[in-house]
Amino acid sequence: MTQLALVIDLNVCVGCHACVTSCKEWNTSGPAGAMTDENPYSKDPTGTFFNRVQTYEIGTFPKTETLHFPKSCLHCEDAPCVPVCPTGASFKRDEDGIVLVNYDKCIGCKYCSWACPYGAREFDEHQKVMKKCTLCVDRIYDESLPENERKPACVMACPTSARLFGDVHDPESEVSEAIRDNAGYQLMPEWGTNPSNHYLPRRKTKVHYHEDELQRADNPLNKEHSVEPLDVPTLDDSTSW
Amino acid sequence: MHPAFSVIFLTTLIGAGQGLFLALFSAQAYTELNLLPSMSDTNFFGLGSLFALILMMGGLIASVFHLGHPERAWRSATKWRTSWLSREVIALPFMMLMITIYGVMHWFGLDGIIYSSATGNNFSYSLLVAGSIGAIAAFILFVCTGMIYACIKFLQEWATPFTIINYALFGTASGFTLAAAFSSFYDAADMTKFFTVWAIILTVLVLLTRLASLFRNSRIKHKSSMQSAIGIRHPQIQQKAMGMQGGSYNTREYFHGKTKAFLKSVKYIFMVLVFPIPVILLAMGLDTADSGLLVAAFVVQYAGLIFERWYFFAQANHPQNLYYQTV
Amino acid sequence: MNTTTANAGDGRTEVKNTTCYMCACRCGIRVTLRDNEVRYIQGNPDHPLNKGVICAKGASGIMKQYSPARLTKPLMRKEGAERGAGDFEEISWDKAFDVMEERLRHLRGTDPKKFALFTGRDQMQALTGMFAKQFGTPNYAAHGGFCSVNMATGMIYTIGGSFWEFGGPDLERSRLFIMIGTAEDHHSNPMKIALSKFKRNGGRFISVNPVRTGYSAIADEWVPIKPGTDGALLLAITNVLIAQGLYDREFLVQYTNAAELVNQDPDSDEFGMFIRNKELEVGEGCFDPENKLWWDRNENKPVITHTKGADPFLLGSYTLENGTAVKSSMQLLKERVEEYTPEWAAAITGIPAETITRLAHEMGIVARDEKIELPIAWTDVWGNDHDTVTGNPVSFHAMRGLAAHSNGFQTIRSLSIVMTLLGTIDRPGGFRHKAPFPRPIPPCAKPPNSPDDVKPNTPLNGMPLGWPASPDDLFVDENNEPVRIDKAFSWEFPLSAHGLMHNAITNAWRGDPYKIDTLMIFMANMAWNSSMNTSEVRKMLNDKEENGEFKIPFLIVCDAFQSETVAFADLVLPDTTYLERHDVMSMLDRPISEFEGPVDSVRIPVVPPKGDCKPFQEVIIELGSRLGLPAFTNKDGSRKYRDYPDFVVNFETAPGSGIGFLSGWRGKGGEKFMKGEPNPSQWEMYEKNDCVYHHHLPKSYQYMRNWNKGYLTWAQDHSLTRYAEPINVHIYSEVLQQFRLAAEGKRKGKQPPEHLRERVREHFDPLPFYSETLESQLTDKHKYPLNALTQRPMAMYHSWDSQNAWLRQIHTHNYMHIHPSTAQAQGIEDGGWMWAESMHGKVRCLARYSEAVEPGTIWTWNSIGKASGAWNLDKSANESNKGFLLNHLISEELPKNECGEHVSNSDPITGQAGWYDVRVRVYKAEDDEPKETFPTFDTLPLFPGMEKRRSIVRYFAGKFAKKGAK
Ligand SMILES: Nc1nc2c(c(=O)[nH]1)N[C@H]1C(S)=C(S)[C@@H](COP(=O)(O)OP(=O)(O)OC[C@H]3O[C@@H](n4cnc5c(=O)[nH]c(N)nc54)[C@H](O)[C@@H]3O)O[C@H]1N2
Ligand SMILES: Nc1nc2c(c(=O)[nH]1)N[C@H]1C(S)=C(S)[C@@H](COP(=O)(O)OP(=O)(O)OC[C@H]3O[C@@H](n4cnc5c(=O)[nH]c(N)nc54)[C@H](O)[C@@H]3O)O[C@H]1N2
Ligand code: SF4
Ligand code: SF4
Ligand code: SF4
Ligand code: SF4
Ligand code: SF4
Ligand SMILES: [Mo]
Repeated sequence: MTQLALVIDLNVCVGCHACVTSCKEWNTSGPAGAMTDENPYSKDPTGTFFNRVQTYEIGTFPKTETLHFPKSCLHCEDAPCVPVCPTGASFKRDEDGIVLVNYDKCIGCKYCSWACPYGAREFDEHQKVMKKCTLCVDRIYDESLPENERKPACVMACPTSARLFGDVHDPESEVSEAIRDNAGYQLMPEWGTNPSNHYLPRRKTKVHYHEDELQRADNPLNKEHSVEPLDVPTLDDSTSW
Repeated sequence: MHPAFSVIFLTTLIGAGQGLFLALFSAQAYTELNLLPSMSDTNFFGLGSLFALILMMGGLIASVFHLGHPERAWRSATKWRTSWLSREVIALPFMMLMITIYGVMHWFGLDGIIYSSATGNNFSYSLLVAGSIGAIAAFILFVCTGMIYACIKFLQEWATPFTIINYALFGTASGFTLAAAFSSFYDAADMTKFFTVWAIILTVLVLLTRLASLFRNSRIKHKSSMQSAIGIRHPQIQQKAMGMQGGSYNTREYFHGKTKAFLKSVKYIFMVLVFPIPVILLAMGLDTADSGLLVAAFVVQYAGLIFERWYFFAQANHPQNLYYQTV
Repeated sequence: MNTTTANAGDGRTEVKNTTCYMCACRCGIRVTLRDNEVRYIQGNPDHPLNKGVICAKGASGIMKQYSPARLTKPLMRKEGAERGAGDFEEISWDKAFDVMEERLRHLRGTDPKKFALFTGRDQMQALTGMFAKQFGTPNYAAHGGFCSVNMATGMIYTIGGSFWEFGGPDLERSRLFIMIGTAEDHHSNPMKIALSKFKRNGGRFISVNPVRTGYSAIADEWVPIKPGTDGALLLAITNVLIAQGLYDREFLVQYTNAAELVNQDPDSDEFGMFIRNKELEVGEGCFDPENKLWWDRNENKPVITHTKGADPFLLGSYTLENGTAVKSSMQLLKERVEEYTPEWAAAITGIPAETITRLAHEMGIVARDEKIELPIAWTDVWGNDHDTVTGNPVSFHAMRGLAAHSNGFQTIRSLSIVMTLLGTIDRPGGFRHKAPFPRPIPPCAKPPNSPDDVKPNTPLNGMPLGWPASPDDLFVDENNEPVRIDKAFSWEFPLSAHGLMHNAITNAWRGDPYKIDTLMIFMANMAWNSSMNTSEVRKMLNDKEENGEFKIPFLIVCDAFQSETVAFADLVLPDTTYLERHDVMSMLDRPISEFEGPVDSVRIPVVPPKGDCKPFQEVIIELGSRLGLPAFTNKDGSRKYRDYPDFVVNFETAPGSGIGFLSGWRGKGGEKFMKGEPNPSQWEMYEKNDCVYHHHLPKSYQYMRNWNKGYLTWAQDHSLTRYAEPINVHIYSEVLQQFRLAAEGKRKGKQPPEHLRERVREHFDPLPFYSETLESQLTDKHKYPLNALTQRPMAMYHSWDSQNAWLRQIHTHNYMHIHPSTAQAQGIEDGGWMWAESMHGKVRCLARYSEAVEPGTIWTWNSIGKASGAWNLDKSANESNKGFLLNHLISEELPKNECGEHVSNSDPITGQAGWYDVRVRVYKAEDDEPKETFPTFDTLPLFPGMEKRRSIVRYFAGKFAKKGAK
């Protein structure tokens, strides 16, 4: 069975929001569109987005970490948002595990969003249906696109390639390998939702050097006047054996 | 959660409707068991059913305001295998159907005796068929409505049997209070007493279960934390940006947007309105069968239930809020 | 999948390539149109810069294109209306041109310098600069002077190249990367691509910054530093590197002036100059002549540098035969940094001494022990063949955190010297140049140097901007007073290679050094984000003489949007957007070159201009033709170029030079590059090639370009440079020393005015030194204990993205980020209102606690706050009610001091605006104060020709325009 998903590498995400607006841009003119923006030029502008990038601070100065944290639908394997939907508008595809909303069936009861612990669904206040990340299902199978572009818009956009896309059930896939190699983890494991999207933690490169590496025989200072042998008395001057 | 008035009215209205129906049903059962003198005015059950139906209708209409696409509402009956909401959507009209049948049988006198016991009790079709199926439907509906909330396991304030018990008891209590008020307009003192006593018992009972749930909720240890939400193990994590500043669905749907003090006062208001005042009014009405007192008891209790339901929503802490700390 | 709306695939779809301009990074983009509306903008996968990726701004281009803040009509201020009120009437382009032509013709015929042209965040200085020169006015500059001229000059005057567009860290091969004072920078996408690759390859990334956001967030180590003190850090690192012998001796000897001998005779007029062998025949030109001396270790006597077989001492003091005391540059540097110990720097920077020492050790050890040897054979200018290219894989990047301080030039010189000590200049894993750099130190172009260079009806004698090499290159009059309105190239800021746009309005208003008539502003929001002291500057723009005339009589603004500045214009020229016009990212300007070779690129319209919008380039060509400027007209005075595309193809810097705006597909059939006759099909060839021309140099020309014979000869052959002479790193700067000698009265020629002598003497130190920023020196630091900074938000470009419905959701107002301890000391609450006050002004703003900021610093995102009603935002918009502009706190002039009353708040060497020098105090806003930002401004009306703002946006390409406003 296939389970497509995103793997997000927090080790390189710089919080640029490229994934946010490229997602919006792709989807607003797609099947999910239009993605409503209310108050676009007045107080408290607010619109429907499938993906948000948030910022957290961890620890206290000076040992502070700043974390940029992108989040879209995690396409949970045991998606709690699906069974609660009274209409079947929310569904998880058998073939690739993508969780989708059928906008023609959705009655806008919002119940599925209550059932998502991650706050990944956003209600379109104008279209009155529930929307969420589609994993760009309208890109990834689109044969009119060149093969290397059959990827989610956010993945294509991400300048740090912090967003990997693939089948997390295929142990040989790039995403599975990334999860294995880098201790990839899931969000809120306590609810048994088994999110398909994974996050890769920060990894630090540290340096270790030994004091004696500072001084070396080929130290360039040895070529200068100041470090040449000084003209001071030594044993050579006073012994005679 | 952000309390939605459509849902508040839905749950309180249908609860009272179900309760009223159960009150009528049990009164009829008592009379047919000769535990109560029978009602002289034959319109009583018919009109009572109509009231119950109106309450249910009111709830239904309120719920429509909650939907983005009410014209597609019929679709919501399709997923009864998995969705408690879908089940409710089926149970609710079924319940209404049974009330209608029950009421029509009474109003038009379409009833008949289905069974006479050795002790000379005559059991009617309306009671044993329409009434008992309706009563079962009412319980099913209580369970469905309650489970809509109780089944979301990460809404820990809701994910408890108390949610269903309280829904059922609040509905029944308010229904009996209403029945008491309603019956006081008839010349049926015993029946009014019957409703009143049960209304008091049920109100006290739900006071106990609601107190228990409040106690439980005050001690909830939320399973999700900032740490599990973003997967970082560090005691000091603070959100600095939500990714949008003008708010989003996530900041509107899941936050009541009120102060802690406001929340607390709502709690006190409903504690007073739902329990002591109605009980006192009911007790006062017990002897006098004064319609004024009993109607007041219902009105106060129902108003209290609106606060109760508001509080029920507001108190529920959705884990998604960890990601949306309105910064 | 079922859909309620039309399918993505429906409609008539077209794909076009062009170049993004949501910022100055200039990534290649692919625009998909559906029914002539923009369906999707993606990164062009075949583009060398961004390789297919795009950023938040780039992906929001749709909302810029269809923004209701677009200007669509030429506008004229209504008779009698105040400037800034935005009270306009629509006029025709013909009228607009007639007005400009009449006015400018008169100025050109009488006193061309009364016309000033200042341009902001544009990338077409090749055209605008040429127009100014042709017009004959010296009063031209772009944004560089307030942006990062310190970065450009500090490095170019030291290593002949710079970060920024002209060079950068080779993260592909680097092992240790130190990023200093950078939040986002111009190289947005390429930097991100490189950084993540670098991290994934196991490189170690250190960020030195008072604040931890963006890039710094993913650093392996964050080194918080007090603003304005990096010079101390870098000098202490230099101290450790030298004391430990952790420098690349061979590199210093061969490729820098470290071993060259400096005259130390205090009585000599040549004091501090290199000893030269005067008998040696050396060519004259804009390069370092090779007639200087080393002290040879083998012979223990002076020899001409690079004498075969010689091996000089790097350190030491010697006496020449004639008795002159001399020291090597390196010896002088060593002596200079002796006092700059890590302990000393710790007290200044707030960084523990152990950390400073460790950083230096890390750099030195990685550079020394993780050497890269690439099997690339090359030949140096002295004729030595090398089998390999060596790299010491330590790299740096720095930007405005260093540049935007009044001590930035010397700080950046210190950084360049650290990089040089580590031997990382144009080497694998270190710093690498991008064409047309490296250039001679300093580059050859010189500004005019006499008032006589400005004459009526005559082009300016020289380019308006250039690189002074000595006091004689200053653009001052016989009294040593400035000739330019912004006082660039005067004794106040001798090396102000990019001008001082931030003083243009104040100086013109005051009439110091003189009054001007017409100020033309292109793509700069000078009544907001590119002015310091914004509130006052706004008043100056509207200020009148006694006779009722404006102090700045005529103001022309060319902008694409309803900016704050547009409201002040007398004449508004509506520009096109980047999707609507032809543009050139030229080798004559700021190309998008890569390490591997020159790259330039173009924009080709993908949608038609909106309303009556006209590209500013066309305005320039039209004006140039109407005014009969030589470059734009034929001998008979007739118009030479049909339009801008025609100009780009056919213009040559000199007749027959073969050098034009574009370097690709030159020659009749497109068979030549860099240089060649005009090619009539050049645009088509660019279009076919993703709008970019990328020339790959042979591997052997890709490194050590300062000294690479192959490269330098190639560059000379292709007219990139005039000389194929070595460009040795200036550890010791003789250029600076000449200015110091002048200040000391030891040098003939131009002399600083008395009040500036000491300032020039102090700051023109041939060796880097640390001094506090000017503002810190002149502020009561007890009263104003904190530093206030801005950062670039990655998802916003300066002031111009608040009109973007998507981007403004991400940043719709800004907070002052403040450490909890700093805030709590003043009773300021998280999310509460607070005041920040400097010597010059104050703002009321919202506080946001942060643990990711050095407690002595507060910061905010730049230019999120907006004037009410600007950018077609409703007056309720968060930008103008909760958002604020830090510029109100920052002054364009220093408090009165011994150097004068109106000295710019800028680096005394380069004129770089000291944005990040401002010192502030903070306090809580009282509860009874209005819960809104301060200052606020009157709400601007909608200008004629602008669309009404929609109350809801539901963008759906191919259907959006038809549905119209709702
Ligand atoms: N998205 C986006 N990209 C942009 C721009 C934009 O507006 N938006 N603007 C473009 C322009 S014009 C420019 S000039 C570049 C500028 O690019 P950057 O130089 O990256 O921009 P700034 O935000 O000025 O970054 C200054 C950084 O230096 C730090 N800093 C301030 N003072 C000091 C100091 O004394 N020491 C140290 N070590 N750090 C210090 C600040 O905390 C901040 O992180 O960005 C360009 N790119
Ligand atoms: N406090 C503080 N202030 C700063 C800085 C800081 O770090 N802190 N940074 C400074 C720096 S480095 C810089 S470079 C300046 C930048 O300052 P400016 O050069 O003033 O940049 P913007 O604010 O973006 O203004 C550019 C103008 O160009 C317009 N524009 C956009 N696209 C087009 C177009 O296609 N054609 C035309 N004609 N106009 C267009 C915009 O509408 C806007 O009015 O800001 C400086 N100001
Ligand atoms: S993240 Fe939320 S919406 Fe997405 S599958 Fe999981 S529960 Fe459903
Ligand atoms: S909002 Fe739509 S998708 Fe969600 S539960 Fe209701 S019907 Fe299903
Ligand atoms: S996969 Fe597609 S829909 Fe999902 S966040 Fe990325 S771009 Fe948006
Ligand atoms: S595009 Fe990539 S780097 Fe940028 S915020 Fe999204 S995941 Fe992070
Ligand atoms: S970095 Fe600049 S040029 Fe590149 S895509 Fe983003 S906005 Fe466009
Ligand atoms: Mo800049």
